[in-house]
Amino acid sequence: MKSNGRSGTRETAIAAVALLIVLVVPFVHRSPAFEDFVIRLSAMALFATSLNLLVGNTGMVSFGHGMFYGLGAYAFALMMQMTELSLPVAAMLAVLFTTLAALCVGAICVRLSTDYFAFITLAFQMLIYSVIISWQSLTGGDQGLRGGLPRREIFGFDLASQLHLYQCCAVVAVLGLLALRHISASPFGQTLRMIRDNESRTGFLGVVLWRARLWAFTIAGGFAGLGGVLAALFVSGAYPELADWPNSGQAIFAVMLGGINSFLGPVLGAAMLLALNDVVARVTEYQGLVLGIVILIFALGLRRGVLDFFRVAWSKDSQ
Amino acid sequence: MKLEIRHLTKSFGGVRAIDDVSLTFPSGSLSAVIGPNGAGKSTFFNLISGAFAPDAGEVLLEDHDVVGRSKTERMQLGIGRAFQVASCFPSMTVAENLMAAVTARIGEWGNIVRRFPPPGVRERAGEVMELVGLTHVENVEAAILSHGDQKLLDIAIALALEPKVLLLDEPTAGMGPDERWRMIERVRRLWDQRKLTLVFIEHDMDIVFQVASTIRVLCYGRVLAEGTPDQIRNNQAVIDAYLGKEEHAA
Ligand SMILES: Nc1ncnc2c1ncn2[C@@H]1O[C@H](COP(=O)(O)OP(=O)(O)O)[C@@H](O)[C@H]1O
Ligand SMILES: [Mg+2]
Repeated sequence: MKSNGRSGTRETAIAAVALLIVLVVPFVHRSPAFEDFVIRLSAMALFATSLNLLVGNTGMVSFGHGMFYGLGAYAFALMMQMTELSLPVAAMLAVLFTTLAALCVGAICVRLSTDYFAFITLAFQMLIYSVIISWQSLTGGDQGLRGGLPRREIFGFDLASQLHLYQCCAVVAVLGLLALRHISASPFGQTLRMIRDNESRTGFLGVVLWRARLWAFTIAGGFAGLGGVLAALFVSGAYPELADWPNSGQAIFAVMLGGINSFLGPVLGAAMLLALNDVVARVTEYQGLVLGIVILIFALGLRRGVLDFFRVAWSKDSQ
Repeated sequence: MKLEIRHLTKSFGGVRAIDDVSLTFPSGSLSAVIGPNGAGKSTFFNLISGAFAPDAGEVLLEDHDVVGRSKTERMQLGIGRAFQVASCFPSMTVAENLMAAVTARIGEWGNIVRRFPPPGVRERAGEVMELVGLTHVENVEAAILSHGDQKLLDIAIALALEPKVLLLDEPTAGMGPDERWRMIERVRRLWDQRKLTLVFIEHDMDIVFQVASTIRVLCYGRVLAEGTPDQIRNNQAVIDAYLGKEEHAA
């Protein structure tokens, strides 16, 4: 990895081209199914990539990342329904709220040993999930927040239009991923890799381990919240399932499927998972079974995520 | 920088790993610590570098007690160490290992605005690489370095933190005879060039007697003897406890 100012520019260029292509597609060919897919993918990609800041970069396996996805969705949907705030402001406040929530949860979790960390994040998720379920008057309980999001135009954007939603989600997701990429390529990102590689030595270099972990956890929570905002836009509300543990499991699957050591691994994993979900749902009701088998095949066949697999194969070839 | 230890004591359960040890390492000295396995040598380093807190005693750096200070503060004050089992960052290249260490040293480890490495860091890492002789493996991942190069990298990481006092825990562990001498020659050069107060733990008596100007012998957590190579060679207690059965020690 030869990271320097140049490669930063290159990444931005790649992101801009990718975004451009995604934005042009609807003008060439309208496909509601494809647009739907991209919208869901943008939420899921932020969710999975932010989780990978913990799993892949830092070696912290959180089983409860979905709580921040759910919190972001609820915070945003509630703010839209209960206040007159404009959409971008509500979105930013929702992300801020989620970030603070992650800071609080992280403050309790990050000093724990690896096993307990995974366990406690799961416990926090269950706590938040039950609060959402039981606080009926605010959250609508297990029915979720219904009634839709008020249609407020921003800069000529109408989020009831699928095309506009598609454009908005694509832009937000690409910007969010770029920001995460930047963090992972920063000195702080390097510090997280040091912790993953050799925690005790990192402690001898002057790094305050818990502080680095807490930062990572907080940032990851914030970006998961941003993913949750996009999810809320897509479903026009929020559902408890967004904050439930199977959803955290989806993010972990996406990360493992795509590859934890490649920045875009989780994005690819999210795309694969969504596509699989769609296909499998069409042909069988035993979704979980089929998904489980497919993931097992990948895990046992490649022994690593898809992008990681190709990277290793490629670097072997070039030697 | 002078390192002085006074009445240092540390027990693990019932075992007194370090038992009322008092030693002085004058500024710029090159000393060896020897002793049979389990004598408490690594524990001694752990107490000085702040990995463990002692039960009692003082660790004085230029007459200031650092026992209450954290690992980080001790690093900043100038105590550096390398480990008995080479400790580096396996997934990173040699250059990245050292750049990461330099970045931490200049307090930039939490920076999320910049790109890694921050300005000037690559150059400083390059100097350290040159100094220890790792430039030829600059872009090799630490995980696939030879054992000797991993030990060197561990020392280089310590050097990147610009220590005044450097503790090397068995720098030649696991090496063949020729490699050992090459390693210890490098260590001696580093000591000379950087004007370090250097303490190393070593089992090879030929090396110890050749290289160190003073030798401290630990046994069951206590100081059995200290002195010049000649004094130690002829010390009856040391011969009985250690030198006589040297072959079991390694
Ligand atoms: N972290 C630890 N916990 C418990 N006992 C320890 C620990 N570190 C060292 N010891 C014990 O302290 C004694 C000295 O060990 P050590 O300092 O590693 O010896 P040396 O480096 O001289 O071979 C041994 O009996 C060892 O078992
Ligand atoms: Mg030892």
